[in-house]
Amino acid sequence: MLAFVIQRLFQAVIVVVAVGLIAFTLSHYVGDPINNMVGQDATIEDRAALREELGLNDPVPIQFGRYILNVFEGQLGISYRLGRPVSELFAERLPATLELSLLSAILALGVGIPMGVIAAVYPRLATSRIFMTVSLFGISLPPFFVGILLIVVFSVSLQWLPSYGRGTVVDLGGGWTTGLLTISGLKALILPSITLALFQMTLIMRLVRSQMAQVLRTDYIKFAHARGLKPRIVNFRHALKNTLVPIITVTALQLGSIIAFAIITETVFQWPGMGLLFIQAVQFADVPVMAAYLMLVSVFFVLINLISDLLYFAVDPRLRSEFERRRSA
Amino acid sequence: MVTVARDEPMLEIRGLRVDLQTRKGPLRVLDDISLEVGRSEVLGVVGESGAGKSMTGAAVNGLLPAAVAIAGGEIRVNGRRVDNLPADDLRKMRGREVGTIFQDPMTSLNPLFRVGDQLVETMRAHLPMSRDAAWRRGVELLTEVGIAEPEQRMRHYPHQFSGGMRQRVVIALALCANPSLIIADEPTTALDVSVQSQILRLLKRLSAEHGTAIMLITHDMGVIAEMADRVAVLYAGRIAEVGPVGEVLQRPGHPYTEGLMGSIPKMGSGVPRLTQISGSMPRLGEVVPDSCPFVNRCNVSLAVCSKARPPDFEFGASTVACWRHEAAQCRAASNE
Repeated sequence: MLAFVIQRLFQAVIVVVAVGLIAFTLSHYVGDPINNMVGQDATIEDRAALREELGLNDPVPIQFGRYILNVFEGQLGISYRLGRPVSELFAERLPATLELSLLSAILALGVGIPMGVIAAVYPRLATSRIFMTVSLFGISLPPFFVGILLIVVFSVSLQWLPSYGRGTVVDLGGGWTTGLLTISGLKALILPSITLALFQMTLIMRLVRSQMAQVLRTDYIKFAHARGLKPRIVNFRHALKNTLVPIITVTALQLGSIIAFAIITETVFQWPGMGLLFIQAVQFADVPVMAAYLMLVSVFFVLINLISDLLYFAVDPRLRSEFERRRSA
Repeated sequence: MVTVARDEPMLEIRGLRVDLQTRKGPLRVLDDISLEVGRSEVLGVVGESGAGKSMTGAAVNGLLPAAVAIAGGEIRVNGRRVDNLPADDLRKMRGREVGTIFQDPMTSLNPLFRVGDQLVETMRAHLPMSRDAAWRRGVELLTEVGIAEPEQRMRHYPHQFSGGMRQRVVIALALCANPSLIIADEPTTALDVSVQSQILRLLKRLSAEHGTAIMLITHDMGVIAEMADRVAVLYAGRIAEVGPVGEVLQRPGHPYTEGLMGSIPKMGSGVPRLTQISGSMPRLGEVVPDSCPFVNRCNVSLAVCSKARPPDFEFGASTVACWRHEAAQCRAASNE
């Protein structure tokens, strides 16, 4: 088990360094960093001095090594647009995005899985048919449209919920702010998290339904019924656990795209998170922010995949013994 | 009718009719099936694919497929009528009163749960037991079905067992709440020949020790000869012949049974070719109600066979649904 974690961590480091190379290329070769930093009236000598000072005359591998070291120390460069360290900007924005993404993921899983199970176990029930029809909308409507629709209904017409921003946030210390502790913060979370979760929820529901439908036909489910177990236990314990491996795979990938989709949702709701920061960085060609965002997202993806690999092992004992066999072979 | 005095049967099926609902109306899957199985008795149910063997088993434990339903008749388990029980009572009966063994041990066990946990949850679904007590009883059960090192094996997952060992686990699962009847649906078909007779002997021993009645569904006459006390031959959803196993195998009363026996190779008999029953069994809905379903394949059919459905006639210790025994019975009746 430990060997597996170490092996995967090693692979993860390779991926992150590879993405680092792209980020490095971006920040050093897209435009001239010196031009971006000094004014128009700087002399050629000044520029040469700055170039030397920043180490831009060193061989490329050394520059790259220094870049990676800086990244691991948390120094992600300085934003051209705001003139502040990128790490500081991220620290301010990350809590908002993580809060929104996690809430959406919980919503998508917590609602999508039971809906999928019900639709698979009772396909004839009217509720199941409604789930299936509604899920078609969820899958086909783009998030920006859903967001605007929700704003029109709940913010403009009914005026129940705010249409933009995070509401009142509480500082938990270390710059980590949360909207979960105030009424206005919670209210502000509702619309964006539904917008972000809707697509994932319906995707997970349809996935669970089709996987469950297959599992319910297996002999071990029939045998579980023949042993006289309660239907609830057969469906939610025996059958659902057997659908988990594909669900984990898709959820892991989707969690990544929740962060990616957050760009759109954050723009619609003016949510002060990473996505909004990134969009603004793109508009101003703020390369250090873009490069650092790239690095951060790759780290997220690698971490999420590592966790999902570990979850496979927790769920399926056959994978555990297969791994042991391959190692000893 | 001469009835042999014995205990109340563990399983009693009277006039069972089962229909498959289709868009064109119901098709009769089982037609007037009557059977009983007594304490410690092994009843073999034989027939070719589609004859209704597995449906009979599924009707007893209430696990008929969605489109199939009981249309008439009675099923009694331990004297209690079960064919009209509500779903939750049926669920409580399964495992507790009627244990089930399926054909393929490789797929009968949930791959993601330890064998011990599957045993414990089954016992605790039926009996008021603590987890620890159920676990200890699980160890005893594994010992009883012949699994070595039961303490360690309880913690293993199904994929760590061989096919024969898995079927032993399935048997332990079927037995763990002490049911009075076990429905074994092709319990050895998927197993290695060398393992088959071990499993059969195990079933036979457990049945004798616990007094469990067994309904053994198979298409393998060899299994019937080795295991069963009595045998019921099913053909196209009807019972062709029921009787003590020696009687039916040695002196079959129904032309279909005779044909079946002729298709089994015998050691040292030197017959160059096995005989074969020509034609094939009528499919669902193809049986003419007022006729013998075997008439088109029968070498010895009478004029009456395609005009009226044969009732059950006494033939030695067996009951046979064949018009050829009418004359014999009449003679016997007139002699009395």
